[in-house]
Amino acid sequence: MTENVSKTDTSAEHSVVPMVKAEGVHKSFGHVEVLKGIDLEVKTGEVFCLIGPSGSGKSTFLRCINHLEKINSGRLYVDGELVGYRQKGDKLYELKDSEVALKRRDIGMVFQRFNLFPHMTALENVMEAPIQVKGTSKAQARERAAQLLDRVGLADKAGNYPSQLSGGQQQRVAIARALAMDPKLMLFDEPTSALDPELVGDVLDVMRDLAESGMTMVVVTHEMGFAREVGDSLVFMDGGVVVESGNPRDVLTDPQHERTKAFLSKVL
Amino acid sequence: MTVDIDKTTGPADTPPAGPEAIKAIPVRHYGRYVSAVVAIALLGAVVYAFSQGKINWGAIPDYFFDDRVLSGVGKTLLLTALSMAIGIVGGILLAVMRLSKNPVTSAIAWFYIWFFRGTPVLVQLIVWFNLGLVFEYINLGPVYRDEWSDFMTPFLTALLGLGLNEAAYMAEICRAGLLAVDEGQTEAAHALGMSHAKTLRRIVIPQAMRVIVPPTGNEVINMLKTTSLVSVVQYSELLRVAQDIGQTSGAPAEMLFLAAAWYLLLTSVFSVGQYYLERYYARGSSRQLPPTPWQKIKKNVLSLSSRKGVTA
Repeated sequence: MTENVSKTDTSAEHSVVPMVKAEGVHKSFGHVEVLKGIDLEVKTGEVFCLIGPSGSGKSTFLRCINHLEKINSGRLYVDGELVGYRQKGDKLYELKDSEVALKRRDIGMVFQRFNLFPHMTALENVMEAPIQVKGTSKAQARERAAQLLDRVGLADKAGNYPSQLSGGQQQRVAIARALAMDPKLMLFDEPTSALDPELVGDVLDVMRDLAESGMTMVVVTHEMGFAREVGDSLVFMDGGVVVESGNPRDVLTDPQHERTKAFLSKVL
Repeated sequence: MTVDIDKTTGPADTPPAGPEAIKAIPVRHYGRYVSAVVAIALLGAVVYAFSQGKINWGAIPDYFFDDRVLSGVGKTLLLTALSMAIGIVGGILLAVMRLSKNPVTSAIAWFYIWFFRGTPVLVQLIVWFNLGLVFEYINLGPVYRDEWSDFMTPFLTALLGLGLNEAAYMAEICRAGLLAVDEGQTEAAHALGMSHAKTLRRIVIPQAMRVIVPPTGNEVINMLKTTSLVSVVQYSELLRVAQDIGQTSGAPAEMLFLAAAWYLLLTSVFSVGQYYLERYYARGSSRQLPPTPWQKIKKNVLSLSSRKGVTA
């Protein structure tokens, strides 16, 4: 529990601007409304867990944060800046693709299905974005990539192609790839859901380590143990709305809403 | 390791190394023997008929390495290579345009493909050849100015006609390749802050190549044969040369056979090349590569010799 103390310290140091702020966020796919007004705040330096049944909209919300999905109404801010738009007076202007790309540099994302680049080795996967996006020199990128692979425990797998790695190893490379851009916010979209149970631990260890270093993380997960142990805040979503939120230890042990109780009784 | 199962009609599988290997008499495929005999007989009959025809076969080897023929072969190869180059570059460009979010570029690409795929390449060639009826002069301001008929040489006509037509076909092949790449790849690249262009160039196109290469090999072989059409616009490639020689030497049919033999030879060489190119691009996939013919022969010879060793 010492880690919690240190984390609250770091978040207290930062300004009062939340890392992510959602105000009445709505999102529809065709006629299906997936998000029906989400309001929440992710403080800088905290580990924010999103749980809920599949189809509850938690992954969609995560994808809205780095503008992989466009929201239909409401406002979504990252680090005080509007996502996907620029506001002048009371008018909204859509951002150009290049401006969106610029903002995405600061937001790392880890996918359920890893999405490593199969035609590149683990090391090249991690080197790619710094070289192509930031213009880092090859030598520098290689050095940093080697460090990051070492950090996720895969220094000896640098030359392997994704198809030669296990799911857990691929996901750790994917985390290293996201970290290579030095993001201020990391999004995790069910990072352990596609893994064999015995490989989940390695990935969670890396995420725990990352949380301890003070990274702001939004984690969509079914790992209640991780949420309870590492999470600072937790939100239970169902049917496109936030049903319950609070400290993960409180919500998970003593849920207030019937829907939360029903869900937790099935997964715990 | 191989057990000497009598006769070798079935595939030479290595049986599981059990305590006692099974010795069984394989199924006899009498139908295969019968059909082989029938096929050989038919082939023989056809060969006999041709050999008895009024064709002077001796003329073919006489002209096979004639200088004019060789120059025709060279021009055919040159035209194939250049029009495929135009086709591939144009095809990738059109495919990207077609898939673009920009409605203007997408519509232009759609129109191009619609037009060039929708009209016969022979008609396109003749139209290019006769475009002087529409444009009397070609005038690029201070850069270039000439009469159309001087500008549009048979070679340029052939190149444009074949290349631009090929681009429309290659566009569809490339589009299929680009669509075959998992969407998660684009998302991952975008999430890292990569631009559309970089995502395409660094992530999507390299992965699309595995899907694009095999049908492209097919297109090359097709192109090699399609070049024979440009004989109608006075470009002296292989078929044209063969026809010219045929008229002057009094052996027109023989020269057609000669041309056919050359085309068959060239496409055979290309087919072998295509096979190895596909193997090269399949390397990234986890699937095991099929053995090359050479590896197959080596394996068969080895298993044959080991089999002999067992029986001896």
